[in-house]
Parts: sequence; structure tokens; C-alpha cells
Amino acid sequence: MALDKTYLEYPERSYGMDHNRYDWDMLSNRKPIIWPNDKKIALWVNVGVQFFPLNQKGIPFKVPGGMTKPYPDLRHYSLRDYGNRVGIYRFFKALDKYNVTSTFAMNTRLAERLPYLTGTLKDRGNEILCHGYDMDKLHYGGQNLDEEKELVKRSLDGLRNLTGQDIKGWVSPAKNESENTPDILAENGIDYFCDWVNDEMPYNFKTKNGNLTAMPLTTELDDHFIILNNLHSAEDWAHQVQDAFQFLLQETKTQGGRILSLNIHPWVLGQPHRIKYLEQILEYLGSHEAVWSASSNTILNAWKNN
Amino acid sequence: MKEDPGYYDYWPYENRPKIKWPNGAKVAFWVAPNIEFYELNPPDNPFRKPWPQPSPALPGYTSRDWGNRVGHIRQMELLEKYGIRGSISLSTALCDHHPEIIELCKERNWEFFSHGIYNTRYTYGMSASQERDMIKDSIETIYKHTGQKCAGYLAPALSHSENTLDLFAEVGTELFGDEAGFYSCDLFHDDQPTPINLRSGKRFASIPYSLEMNDTIAYLVQKITPRRYGQELKDNFDRLYAEGAESGTIMCIPTHNYQVTNAHRIKAYEEALEYITGHPDVWVTTGKEIASYYLDTYYDASLEDINQKTKKYGAR
Repeated sequence: MALDKTYLEYPERSYGMDHNRYDWDMLSNRKPIIWPNDKKIALWVNVGVQFFPLNQKGIPFKVPGGMTKPYPDLRHYSLRDYGNRVGIYRFFKALDKYNVTSTFAMNTRLAERLPYLTGTLKDRGNEILCHGYDMDKLHYGGQNLDEEKELVKRSLDGLRNLTGQDIKGWVSPAKNESENTPDILAENGIDYFCDWVNDEMPYNFKTKNGNLTAMPLTTELDDHFIILNNLHSAEDWAHQVQDAFQFLLQETKTQGGRILSLNIHPWVLGQPHRIKYLEQILEYLGSHEAVWSASSNTILNAWKNN
Repeated sequence: MKEDPGYYDYWPYENRPKIKWPNGAKVAFWVAPNIEFYELNPPDNPFRKPWPQPSPALPGYTSRDWGNRVGHIRQMELLEKYGIRGSISLSTALCDHHPEIIELCKERNWEFFSHGIYNTRYTYGMSASQERDMIKDSIETIYKHTGQKCAGYLAPALSHSENTLDLFAEVGTELFGDEAGFYSCDLFHDDQPTPINLRSGKRFASIPYSLEMNDTIAYLVQKITPRRYGQELKDNFDRLYAEGAESGTIMCIPTHNYQVTNAHRIKAYEEALEYITGHPDVWVTTGKEIASYYLDTYYDASLEDINQKTKKYGAR
């Protein structure tokens, strides 16, 4: 028994990364960032507004949070729908009560299906990011290039048209990409994307069509990840957010401003038994003197202007 | 395939020759940060898929890259604060990719031991000669970049063959005689060091490294909360400290920069480190120092005790 001899060959074994998308650059070596009014922590709350189709195809994999039972998986379909009917209105109230700015990463198919909710988001005027077409339209390695180009264009044209916003931010469903996704996004007027969670701060990401900025929308504090993947309670989620905030605040004393990003979902934290923990966090962070609550685009511009 | 790997004999955890660590310490405590490089496009291995999604598998890759870009410094500063020198389980290709990290660890006199070339290249399916070449490459790389003669081994991604421990010991001997290749972190059968039977007869020890205290097992497999993890570290220590009064034990915390140093997790880890190093009878040390001390001081007595008991009660 032996493996092919190429298994012991290492063509990318040299300085820096094993690809050419961005430079190897340790966070601690970078120039400290100063946020407006010398706030220490930029708080970026992003709400995933998602459509999980009942007739999920699962190509090339079942999206985390999607259907898991044989068709028709009514339990998962309707529980996700709960977020867009009920949970999100709890989110709006909580965000407004504690004066926390939020962005909304929206599936275009959801915007097409729910004009009332899309209108509400338009009226609120918060920044909207495109979250792909729907949660089952994954971007993945080996995907046909023309097919993916059409998918990105359809997603962005549709959402720009329905929201009236010139969408500049992108989050792929499941934060999954093909080898071409960044090039296609740059070609379609996207400035920043949130799929590469390998940093705590923005950084330059090279594409064939100019640079994008990778924005750090961490998965580690995502409510879906902590509550439904790790099976922790909503109270445990709140503890983890508090501990993260305290640590980042400490780190700003020696390393400049930091970003605390909270990616949350109305079908998870919007439940009656969980919403109070989100409210506690929003109250705590929203009133903290070191916190600057802002949209991703605003944070990105402040970072660029440093 | 064998019913039993044959590396060690049954040796009950009672009435063993008493171990006394330096300065009367009850527990030898070491921290083993895994500093790893995972590839974006690793070649296929017939026995294990490197990533769940087709490449580029962003969720896994970006999390590991975060560990090197952000997490490493956090853990290094934390260990320094509590007077702990890391014993690094190293994906040795990282010497080429991220030499800055290697330099920072060298400056602090940390130990480097081999964890293969990349954590996305598995031992599964390799011929003995391929595995030998891979191990040799890793030991030579450590020597070239750090001047250290690699003493320990943890197989890449804990992927093993029947030859792994023998090959590691033999390549160590070939390159540096008895100064390299004399301990393994691959076995989890004990809370004390134990002699390992090798075909070469080399003096070689298993140093407990602990899957149970491993942050990746705690966070990705058990999926426990950070505060729970911190408490488990303290509980693990309390018991080993108490038992160490009878005969010295070992506690290891194996970590990963992409897990334990996340902003929401590092506080719980720090509290445990503060607690453990705050006890008087703790030998805060490295894997290599434990292995050397054991081989010099207790290895022969252990072997003799094992042989006597095996004779008396029969082999397993």
C-alpha cells in the first residue's frame, strides 16, 4: 500500500498563504485603528433574514439550519418561517428600544416573497446586505461559472430593485463559496463580503476584478452556531457575548479599536424564551460608553479612513 | 490488523514505584499549543476527507487561519503571563509559511515537536517508506528553523499507521541519536508516563497529552460552553494534584489557537491557568523536560515493576 507520490509533494510550501487571495498579516502587527469619537468597540449587529425552501435540493450539501427530514419537512420549514413572521418584529422592538443599529442580510427570494417585510426594512432605512438568492442556492467549489454568475446577478439585481438600496455587502448562504465567488462579487458592484471569518478586523482581499474588503462577521458568536449547533442555552450565548466584549475591550488598550460582530437570526433568538437574553445584551452593549453601534458599511468606511 | 497495538503492557494504577517530580512537585503541568497549517486545496486521501465541503471549504479553513492571524499572539502572551513555556505540536510547513510565529516562540524558548507537515496530510494509506520520509522531513525542518532536535511526536490530525511510533523513534536516532525521537503524545492510556515497547528497543516514553482536556475536543466534539471548559480544567487539575501526593502525575492542556483564544473563550482558559499555576507543588514544564526526566529517573524502575507484575499475574 502506498499513496500517489504527489501526496508527499508540497507545491505551496513557501512564505505566506497557500493561495494568492490575501497577504499573510498578523493582526497584532497592524496599525491600531481609531473609531469615531474614540470609541473602543464597533458593535456590528447583523440579522440574517432567510428563506429555507421546502423543496431543498441540498447541492452540494444540506445547508446548516435547512431541511433535514423527508419531504415535506414542515417542522423545519415553518419554524424558520416563524422568524420572519414573529421573531423579527421582536428584534425590531428590541433594537429600537436600546438604540442599537443593525444591518440585515437578506435572501433575495425572501424579499420577492414577502413585500410587507421588505417594505418594513426599506422604511427602517437600515443597511441591507445580500445573503444570496435563498438558503438552498449555495455557492460551492466546482460550481459551473456561468451558472454562478447568473445566480449572483439575479440575487443582486433583484434585491437592489426590491429594496431601492445600492447593495454593497454580501454574505453567502452558509458562508460557502466557489473558487470564483469573490471575482464575481467584485464584478457585480460588491465592496465587501463576510464569508472569510479568518480575522477580527477588515482586510484587503484580491480578486480578478479589483479588491474587495473581507469584513469579520464571526461565526463563533452566531446564535445558530451556539444555540442550535453547540446546544448551549440562550443565557450561555449571552455569557459568551459578555466575555467576548470584555476581552476585546481589554485588547483595545494595547492594540487599537476592535469590532464585536453579532450575527443573529429571528428564528433562533426571536423565540419567546430566548428574546430576553438578546434584550439584555442589547441593553448592556447599547448603553456602554466604549461602544459605537454602526452598520457594516459605516464601520468599513471608518476603517478605510484610518 | 492487530487486536492490540502492543506498545504497552497492562500496568494497574496502584502500587507503582513512586514518582517524585523536581522540587517535590505533585503534578508536572504542561501546555501543548498546536500550531497548525491546514491547506485550502489539500490532495485527496483515500481514507479521510480533509474538508466536509468541496474546496474552497471556507468554514474550516478560515477558522484555522484565524488561529494564526489573530489567536497565536493572544495565547502566547497569556502563557507568558503565567510563566508557561509552550510545547508546540507543530505542522512543520508553518516554518515556511509563517516564520514570524516560529521566531516569536523561539525567543521564548518554547519546545517544538513534530505534528507532521500539514494537518491536512494524513498518514492513512502511506507506505512505511512514505511515512518515514514525511517524519524525517518534519524533524529536519524543525532543526533547520529552530536548531532543536525534535523529541516528541503527535501524528498529523492524529492519523496513525502500525509503524508510526517505531518510525518516529528510528528516524530520531538516525538523525540525532538518543537526543531526538524519544516521546509520543499519541496514546491516552494513562495519567503517568509509561515505557513504550518498540521494535528497536529504544528507551521511549508515552507522555500523557490528554484528549479530554483538548480544547478542540471540548469545543467541537463535546460542544461545551467556555465556562464549563474552564471548570473541567480545574477539576482535572484538582484530582491529579491530590493523587500526585502519592505518586507524581501529569496534566496537559492541549490547545489550538483557533479555539481557546477566541474572545469569548480566553477568559475561562486564563482563570484555569491562574488557578493551576497558583498552587505551590506544580512543576510547570514542557513535554520534552518531562520525558527526559522520566527516562533518566524512573523509566528503568517502571520497566522492572511492569515485568515483575507481568510475570506474577501473567501477560494480558
